[in-house]
Amino acid sequence: MNIKNNISNLQHSNLSEQSQYLSGTSRNDLLVVENLSVSFIQYQSGMKQRNLEVICDLNVNVRSGEVVAIVGSSGSGKSLLAHAILGILPSNAKVSGTMIYNGQALTGERQKAIRGSEISLIPQSVNYLDPLMKVGEQVQNTIKTKDAKVRQQQIFQRYQLSKAAGILYPFQLSGGMARRVLVATAVSGGAKLIIADEPTPGLHPEVVAETLSHLKELADQGCGVLMITHDIEAAMKIADRIAVFYAGTTVEVAPIEDFTNTGEALRHPYTKALWKALPENDFTPIPGFQPTPADLPSGCLFEPRCQLRTAACGAGKPEMAELRGGQVRCIHAT
Amino acid sequence: MNSAKYVLGKALRMISLLIALCLVSFILVKNSPIDPVQAYIGADMMRVSEEQRELIAENWGLDKPPIEQFFSWAGAIVQGDFGTSMIYREPVIEVIGQRFAASLALMGVAWVLSGIFGFLMGIIAGMNRGKLIDRAIKWYCLTLAATPTFWLGLILLIIFAVWLGWFPIGMGVPVGVLSEHVSISEKLYHLILPALTLSIVGVANIALHTRQKLLDVLESDYVLFARANGESGLGLVWQHGVRNIALPAVTLQFASFSELFGGSVLAEQVFSYPGLGQATVSAGLRGDVPLLLGIVLISAIFVFSGNLIGDIICSVVDPRIKEDRSSV
Repeated sequence: MNIKNNISNLQHSNLSEQSQYLSGTSRNDLLVVENLSVSFIQYQSGMKQRNLEVICDLNVNVRSGEVVAIVGSSGSGKSLLAHAILGILPSNAKVSGTMIYNGQALTGERQKAIRGSEISLIPQSVNYLDPLMKVGEQVQNTIKTKDAKVRQQQIFQRYQLSKAAGILYPFQLSGGMARRVLVATAVSGGAKLIIADEPTPGLHPEVVAETLSHLKELADQGCGVLMITHDIEAAMKIADRIAVFYAGTTVEVAPIEDFTNTGEALRHPYTKALWKALPENDFTPIPGFQPTPADLPSGCLFEPRCQLRTAACGAGKPEMAELRGGQVRCIHAT
Repeated sequence: MNSAKYVLGKALRMISLLIALCLVSFILVKNSPIDPVQAYIGADMMRVSEEQRELIAENWGLDKPPIEQFFSWAGAIVQGDFGTSMIYREPVIEVIGQRFAASLALMGVAWVLSGIFGFLMGIIAGMNRGKLIDRAIKWYCLTLAATPTFWLGLILLIIFAVWLGWFPIGMGVPVGVLSEHVSISEKLYHLILPALTLSIVGVANIALHTRQKLLDVLESDYVLFARANGESGLGLVWQHGVRNIALPAVTLQFASFSELFGGSVLAEQVFSYPGLGQATVSAGLRGDVPLLLGIVLISAIFVFSGNLIGDIICSVVDPRIKEDRSSV
């Protein structure tokens, strides 16, 4: 009894400390990522080494029951965020920053203990399944309880996968079936936080709609869903909030309602530009391109392409700040 | 229907290989400095007159054009008549049969041992990439891959047979014992050192291949996803690693019959082990053309069968290839 009390006290004090420490987060946050940086040591010609920062100072939080989309262009290192949360980055990666899951720090050990069960990943493609293992068996592998086979069949049924689908190999699945198997694999462990990494790459519109509805359904059942995608339209269909990813960091987190009309409710110049560049809006691109991790600007990452830039923009990286129910990383944002 | 097509295709391939092989080896032997008559007469050369030799040549059809000679030889081969070995004075097919049985025991033991140990070493190295054990295994394999079999055989012979006296210096059976009195254990005792030589050399290939394959698998997307699903350590390597590297390893091991045979030629020579390899060397050195050609053909069939078995296992076990074949 005493011990129990102590523990709950401990957790409580931890929590309050954390909420003081973290800005813009609330009690019901399932996952909080603060100032996350991921870098790789790269060997250059000769014996020279350099630290390549692929993600820097990234902030995002996910609450139970909501879908948060991280939107950014392809090849910008978004997948690494998923891998960092799960703790499956390659060994030469260096991670810094804070990650808090369910009120407690998400350490390497904790990641190891709860990945696949509490936190799970929906991968990009069927290549993420073992090519020589029947898909039913692969789903059973992620279920730690003894009735794995029964559970697997129940989950398959829930996703309209026949019993016979369980004895197929990944290469035998159709595109739509593969998506459902991947979702089934992710939910089979009873996950509370689901990270979908590019769940709709080049799929048939019907399959996209189906996959998105699965994600939305999971959020409605109380899961937190973090959807990482380059497809802003797909994100808009189901997300509650959208975090915009640019050059390794989040420049803005905005509620979905702000993405309307000409985007005047949006906060960051990049988000506005992205919004206006969509074909159904203005279809106007902005000049320049996203900087690579090897040569990032010293100040604000968007400064070289920004129309609002002033001398102050080049001076230092702006902090993430609360603004009108969202967050933004821009000193000129209003 | 598809299996029939498959078998037919493989059979055609084998027949064309054998025809090409017959042709090439015939041309090579025909143009070699070996004089079959001289090789036949051997030490009695001085007592056989020129006329007698010509009679033998005429009797054998050596005075006929090469094409005719080839067809008469090839015709006999097709009927299963490989001729008579000049050294052993026995039908070639019988000599090969006896020798092959002895070699098969030697090669079989070496093949199984090198397969198992090579595979295990590859997995251990791959799992511990960059660590001391990995570097040691890699160093060992690369050194061995560069080691001539006969040299390693000599070293083992010096250490274990001469210095330590643990094993016999050579031969397949003890000296001075009638062949019907030789026990199985004595045969095995004579087999150990040559088999060890062959398997020590054979380990390198399979170990390095398995190591690389395992590294590829461990960097694959599906292992990343398995890790994301909480799998780790030995369980992960067993579930996804071994599953995905076993097939290529088995195929490679079956495809290594040629190296195995080549190695056994050298190892048998060093250990005076009475196998097919030793017979090959004597046939070559002493100009026993029928035996040499017979061994060439039989060893080609042996190597071809190895590849074929590897192919068949792959297509029966690998679901992707199975599907591919049934849908074609």
